[in-house]
Amino acid sequence: MNPSRTGATALRVLRQLRHDPRTIALLLAVPCVLQVLMHELFRDREAVFQSLGVPLLGLFPFVAMFIVTSITMLRERTSGTLERLLTTPLGRGDLLVGYGIAFALVAAVQATLVSVLSFGLLGLEAGHSSVAVVLVAIANAVLGMALGLFASAFARTEFQAVQFMPAFVLPQILLCGLIVPRDEMAGWMEALSAVLPLTYAYDALARLASTAPVGARFWFDLLVVAGVTALALVLGAATLRRRTP
Amino acid sequence: MSVAVEVRGLRVDRGGREVLHGIDLDVEAGRVTGLLGPSGSGKTTLMRSIVGAQVVAGGSVAVLGLPAGTPSLRSRIGYQTQAPSVYADLTVRENLAYFARILGVPGHAVAETIALVDLGGQEGQLALTLSGGELARLSLAAALLNRPDVLVLDEPTVGLDPLLRRELWTSFDRLAEGGVTVVVSSHVMDEADRCDSLVLLRDGRILAAGTPESLKARTNTPDLDAAFLALIDADTGDGA
Repeated sequence: MNPSRTGATALRVLRQLRHDPRTIALLLAVPCVLQVLMHELFRDREAVFQSLGVPLLGLFPFVAMFIVTSITMLRERTSGTLERLLTTPLGRGDLLVGYGIAFALVAAVQATLVSVLSFGLLGLEAGHSSVAVVLVAIANAVLGMALGLFASAFARTEFQAVQFMPAFVLPQILLCGLIVPRDEMAGWMEALSAVLPLTYAYDALARLASTAPVGARFWFDLLVVAGVTALALVLGAATLRRRTP
Repeated sequence: MSVAVEVRGLRVDRGGREVLHGIDLDVEAGRVTGLLGPSGSGKTTLMRSIVGAQVVAGGSVAVLGLPAGTPSLRSRIGYQTQAPSVYADLTVRENLAYFARILGVPGHAVAETIALVDLGGQEGQLALTLSGGELARLSLAAALLNRPDVLVLDEPTVGLDPLLRRELWTSFDRLAEGGVTVVVSSHVMDEADRCDSLVLLRDGRILAAGTPESLKARTNTPDLDAAFLALIDADTGDGA
């Protein structure tokens, strides 16, 4: 790893994004619009918005960064730029961490914007600090990025990569406890949800939303999110081969 | 003569099939060596083996005296893949600035290399808006940034107009005069005359190697097209 090469990679990814203002607009506007829709949908059932608003705010960056990263990395593989990069002194860690820094910054902007909207205009209230919500959202974005990076190794085309979103992400959203509390699920579903990383990301957000003390479980949740991120990055690095058949 | 690339008994399997069957090759330093042969003859696989991007089944490849793929070689080799491997959504300057940082070369190398490949007017243009020829030159520029000792170019002139091809070949000659070992593949035989040395590949084997003059003399033919056809005919005759 080399800080200059890692930084150059992060800068390059951000520059690519800057030349694509429509993607930036979508990344920033879509979660805001969805949050407004949630608010309007539950206009007469304020409690529902209060319980869903914080977890949604923290999960948007996960979904967005999963898609953006899996497509970007797939392009890197199919355009030949990855092959070129891997014949240079660039380390695989430089590439992955560079991506991580760039997308964490984008996620920070995204989560900050949605939280200003939610806490400022839509009257959402979190039991704990909104800054903590944004920080967990950034951690979730980096988790989404790491999983997207790993998933991209299994896609040959962009069509396949796009399908990984419903395949990898939707089941996790269904089972994480957002829609039905985990202890009300059938035993096998609860067991399945226990091995899905988004369950822990959701739990951390739900604890920040509630007024009760976050408890030790909150820190365990963060540990799982960080651990799975690290694992996905290591597995993702293993799919970046300098020598290919 | 000094040897920049030494290939011995190189065998490569791709997709469960052996595509290079024991290649032996010496590439002279500071010269332009052309890899010629029909599509599917193994040119790209051989080049990928030289830059250390190819999993090999047997044999050895040494570049500048070190096994191909050695980390310290990564800053001494320039490699241009067949597809223009640059970022379409970055400008010419941004592309090269990134590769310069990766290769650890100073910032002024970017402007110098842009001038070298004659993209001065297009610095601020997005790569996706460049013409085919400009894109190929940008991709070449990225391989030239670190002033490599060994430059490996996979079909750099494919799809370019004759004028541009001539310009590129002139720049390869200039680089070789400056001491760079240039390995360039082509399936266009009229480019073969521009090389100092030629390697003709066919079905994963080396059919012939030598200077253009020696190949013409050996086959007693007036031009390289005829020389290659004669060599292929002789080879097919032997195999039958």
